[in-house]
Order: sequence, then structure tokens, then C-alpha cells
Amino acid sequence: MQGIEVLFMGNNMLRLLDGLWVTLRLSLISIGLSLVIGIFVGAFMLVKNPVVKAICRVYIEIVRIMPQLVWLFIIFFGITKLTGINLNGETAAVIMLTIWGASEVGDLVRAAFSAIPKHQFESGLSLGLKKVQLYAYIIFPQAIRGLVPDIINLSTRMIKTTALVSLIGVTEVLKVGKQIIDANRFEYPNAALWVYAAIFMMYFLICFPLSLLSRKLTKKRGE
Amino acid sequence: MDWSFIQKFTPMYVEAAVLTVTIGVIGILLAIALGLLCALVKYYKIPVARQIVAVYIELSRNTPLIVQLFFLYFGLPKAGILLSSEACGVIGLAFLGGSYMAESFLSGLKSVGKIQLESAESLGLRRGQVMRYIVIPQAASVSVPALAANVIFLLKETSVFSAVSLADLMYVAKDLIGMYYNTGEALTMLVAAYLVIILPISIVFSLLERRMRRAGN
Amino acid sequence: MTMTEQTEHIIEINHLVKRFGDNVILNDLTLNVSKGEVVVLIGPSGCGKSTLLRCLNGLEPIQGGSVTLHGEPVEHGKPSLYNVRQKIGMVFQSYDLFPHMTVLKNITLSPLKVQNRSKEEVTEKAMELLKRVGLEDKANSYPSELSGGQKQRVAIVRSLIMNPDIMLLDEITAALDPEMVHEVLNVVLGLADSGTTMMIVTHEMAFAEAVADRIIFLDGGVIVEEGAPAEFFHHPKTERAQRFLKTFTYSR
Repeated sequence: MQGIEVLFMGNNMLRLLDGLWVTLRLSLISIGLSLVIGIFVGAFMLVKNPVVKAICRVYIEIVRIMPQLVWLFIIFFGITKLTGINLNGETAAVIMLTIWGASEVGDLVRAAFSAIPKHQFESGLSLGLKKVQLYAYIIFPQAIRGLVPDIINLSTRMIKTTALVSLIGVTEVLKVGKQIIDANRFEYPNAALWVYAAIFMMYFLICFPLSLLSRKLTKKRGE
Repeated sequence: MDWSFIQKFTPMYVEAAVLTVTIGVIGILLAIALGLLCALVKYYKIPVARQIVAVYIELSRNTPLIVQLFFLYFGLPKAGILLSSEACGVIGLAFLGGSYMAESFLSGLKSVGKIQLESAESLGLRRGQVMRYIVIPQAASVSVPALAANVIFLLKETSVFSAVSLADLMYVAKDLIGMYYNTGEALTMLVAAYLVIILPISIVFSLLERRMRRAGN
Repeated sequence: MTMTEQTEHIIEINHLVKRFGDNVILNDLTLNVSKGEVVVLIGPSGCGKSTLLRCLNGLEPIQGGSVTLHGEPVEHGKPSLYNVRQKIGMVFQSYDLFPHMTVLKNITLSPLKVQNRSKEEVTEKAMELLKRVGLEDKANSYPSELSGGQKQRVAIVRSLIMNPDIMLLDEITAALDPEMVHEVLNVVLGLADSGTTMMIVTHEMAFAEAVADRIIFLDGGVIVEEGAPAEFFHHPKTERAQRFLKTFTYSR
């Protein structure tokens, strides 16, 4: 079964990697924004005010109930229609990923802090620590230890979800792959097999190490 | 909102929703079967099969469904394996879901402690009986909520089927937006269709989970 | 009880060797238990006493020697084990009741499914045994509604109903609150009085002295000393046993 050469012909591999970088860049920007916004969402959820809490809960549930691709369509086509502003695909992708990512980060932050047993607060205070010290030395380090593996896990989900943006016309790795396949369709009729296998492996090689890391940290947390 | 537009195209959405649900249900059932098989292989530590399952789970969990589908639909025909859009949807969903289901089954099986197994064995119960009377009833309370969450996750994942030319809800919505520019209506119907599919299932599952949690105590 | 050639041995352990990797847990151990005899195993933690009980029930693979019950080999992983195990009752340290079944279901599961006895007979027998341990009113409760001591009494009944030839009790009071230890050990004393053959691992020395026909003192995987309880507790012969017994007394 030949055709694998198509991957290494001319600058094809470079182009694929360029496309992959588009995907990764979108993911990284969205992950960063999600973290910043998500921490606030999480903090709001830990507030005692039931209205604030309820608003956050509704936000998270509404985001969750719809497929991400539906949200991408709503943002990409809907906002343009509603406001007349022409969003490009990349911006729409970042908005969708951030709205979704922030809701998930928020829920993770809430869970991480709620998981800290009450006696940790009590024993911290009984040692004479001030509130600030209590949080700085006892609570935050524990919450972050619990949070990091879940955030890494969420990151792999976000990277995988970024693959959807090809469906709103962003020229990322899948689109580049299609261009290569089309350009070589006479010379290498089997190109599709190899190009998509290569893209499959690219995603795997990015996400698998992250999954391993997350698992390792989770295990460490369990000890 | 253009109500006549909505009225006119509702049958198209219904048809697409039926297709989405049909492919989704078949794919999910296969995913459950595949997941159970993989979980048992891992639980009983069956040699060789266990390594294969481990590789499969990693490949499935660390790649996006859309890339899996592209490979199935555009790639495999070049190797002589021709699959219809529907077949790709079912296979892709089963391939993706199998690994998630496997982990949910496995976490349930593993939640039943060693001492429970040994007590059951000490009473003279056979392997199959231990599974049936001791492990499965206890594992279920851990596994079922996770399995239910996977079902909802996989139903949402069906939204990428349009990428392999399956005339599903996304496909219809995109078509209508492209043809008539009735974006608002097309999207509203899209959202409504997914809500009709996912919301009842999600509510039933969360009620079920609450009931199971109470029974577990 | 004296060990004569004519006594019927329920369990015979011959040159048993058990290793975990390079770690020798039981080293060439030979021991017989006669019908009606109550043997109590004591020794420091890690001496192999719990492992010995687990080997007797085929829960652990062994690396040398043999264990037989009425002459039938007890072999880990062999199909014959299922038949042998029905004749051995075992109760563990942690509460090992099946949490998803009522007390009655816990007790009747294996006589119904393994021994294929009739439901009426088994239920009647279960109620009779529950009455004997003072728990007849708990038949339809779930394990989570019971105290630790009640759970262990049910666990004992669950083994007894199989009409075992021997009962193996592995530190059954170690996880209990002090006030519950008594109620469980009283049940065991009752069993000893009615002639049940038992092999017991325990840290309760007063109980060991009361219940045992014979004490086996294990250390480092070998039998260091064995004898009648009165003699062992009051006139231990070996230095190691003396040192061990001293750890149970306090002075300042």
C-alpha cells in the first residue's frame, strides 16, 4: 500500500504541522482565558449568596446541555446575524472554547475547594494561623494539587474539541490535510489514508502525554 | 422569527433528529458492549488481550471523534474499505465511546473491595456467582451514573456526524443557513431539536442517580 | 485435649512454605487440628498467623508443602477448591458483609446458591442461628444499620450455616470498639462449648486463654512454642514467648 510518500513530499509535512499549530494556538489561548475566567466562576460558586451561586450553576448547565459544535454554530453564524459584526472563524472558536472551558474550570475550582475537609480549616485556625496564612499555606496548596490533574485533563478535551473549528472554515490541520489530499489526488490517490492517519497520530502524540501526566498527578494526589 | 419558515422546515429537522438518534443509539449500544468487553479483559487481566485493550483505550481517548471519522470515511476507502456515512457514524461513536464505557465499568468493578471477593469465595461461591451476586450489584451503583454521563456525552458527540455527510441536525441547519440566510430560525430549531433529545434523558438520568445514591446508603 | 494417633485430624498442614517474593512468611510449618479442637494462633504482627489462615482457605498460593482438609488437598486456584471451601467457614477482621443485601440474604446466599438447599429450611436455620447470637430482630436490616459487633456476629452466622467442619476466625475483633469485643467473643466461646472446631487468630489474650484448647505461638514464620493455654500464659518456656507476653502488661 503506497502513498505514504505524500506526507514527506515538498513541504507537505511542514504545512500539516503549521495547521496543527493553528489548532494548538487556538487551544492554548482558550485554555488560558478559560483559566482566568473559570477561577472567578469557581469563586462565585463558593460564595454563600444563593443568587450568585444559582446564576453560575445555570451558566454551567446551559453550556453543558448543548453539543460544543452547536455552540460554535450559534456564535459563528448567530452573532454575525444578530450584530452584523463579521466574526472570523478563529475568533468564534476562541469565544466558544472559552465560554465552555470557563464553565468547566469553574466547576473544577468549586469541586477542588469543596473537597478540602472542614477539619483542615479548623486545625489551621487552631494552630493560630491568620485567615490569609490559612489560605496561603494550607488551603490553596491543597486545592491546587487537586486541581492541576483535572485542568490538564480538561486541556486535552479542549484540544480535541478544537478539531471542530475546521467545520466553520478555519484553516487548521484537518483543512490543510484536505488541501494536500486534493492537490495530490492524481499523483497519490491514496493520500487521504495517510494524511488522516498522520493527523490522527498528531492528536494522539499531543494528548497522550498530557493524559499520562494527568493520571500520574492524580495518583500522586491519592497518596 | 419567521414562523412559516419554521413550519416549513420542521419536518426536515424531525427527520434529521430521527437519524441522529438512530445512529446515536446504535453507536452507544455498541460502545456499551465494547466497553463491557474491554472492562472484563482488564478486570480479569487476560494476557495479550489486555495489552490490546490498553492501546485501544489510549488511541480512542486521545484523539477527536471528527479525526476518527475522517479517517474512517475518507481514509479507509483508499485501503479498499468502503463505509457508508451511517456506518462511519456508528463505528466512530462505538470506537470513541467504548473506551469511556470501559473505564466506567472498570471503576465500578474495582470499587468492590478484595475483602468482599474473598468473603464470597470463602463461602464457596464460584467465580460466576461471585460476579452475579456480589460484584455486579455493588459495581452498578458506581458504574451506572458514569455510564449515564457517557451516554449524554456521546449523544452530544453525534453532532459532528455532518462532517462525514450524514444528513443530521447540524447538516440541515448549515444547509438552511447557506441556502436561505434564515440563521435565527435555523439555529433556534437546531437548539430546540437537541434540547428535545438531550434534556429528557439528562433529567431521567439525574433522577435515577439520586435514587441509586439513596438506595446505596 | 491430647494429641493421640487415633484422633481424627480435620486439617493437616505439612511442611507448609509461603513466600511473598523473597520474603519468607511461613517456613516449613507443620500442624494438625483435631475434631472439636480450638487452636488459637498468637504472635507479633507480621509473624504470618493471618497468612496461615488464608492458606488454609486457599486464598493464597503456597510455595511448598501441603494443606489438606479431611485428606482432600486445599489448593489455590484449583476447581476442587469450591467443594473444599464449603466445609471451611471463615470470618475476616473487617466487616465483610455484603452491603447490598439484608442480613437474612447475606446468610442464606451461599446455602441456597452453593449447597442448593431449600429456601424454607435455610431461612428457618438462619433465624435459629440469628436467635442464638441475639440478632433475630435484625434479619431484614441492611449491614449499614448494624453496629460493628452486630456485623461480626452476622458474619459468624453466615459461615456457620454452611455447617463447616472448621471455622477460621481472623482477628475478628481487631476493628471493633472495646465494648463490642465482648459480645462477639461470647458468641465464639459458645461455639467452642458446643464442640465447633476452630482456628483463631486474635490479640485478645484473656479471650485466647479462655477459649483455647491449644495455643500456637508463631514468630518469624515458624512455631516457636505450643501448649495448653494455662501453661503458655503463665509459664512460657521460650524467651521469645516471654518477651511477647510482656508487651501486654504495663508498669511504671
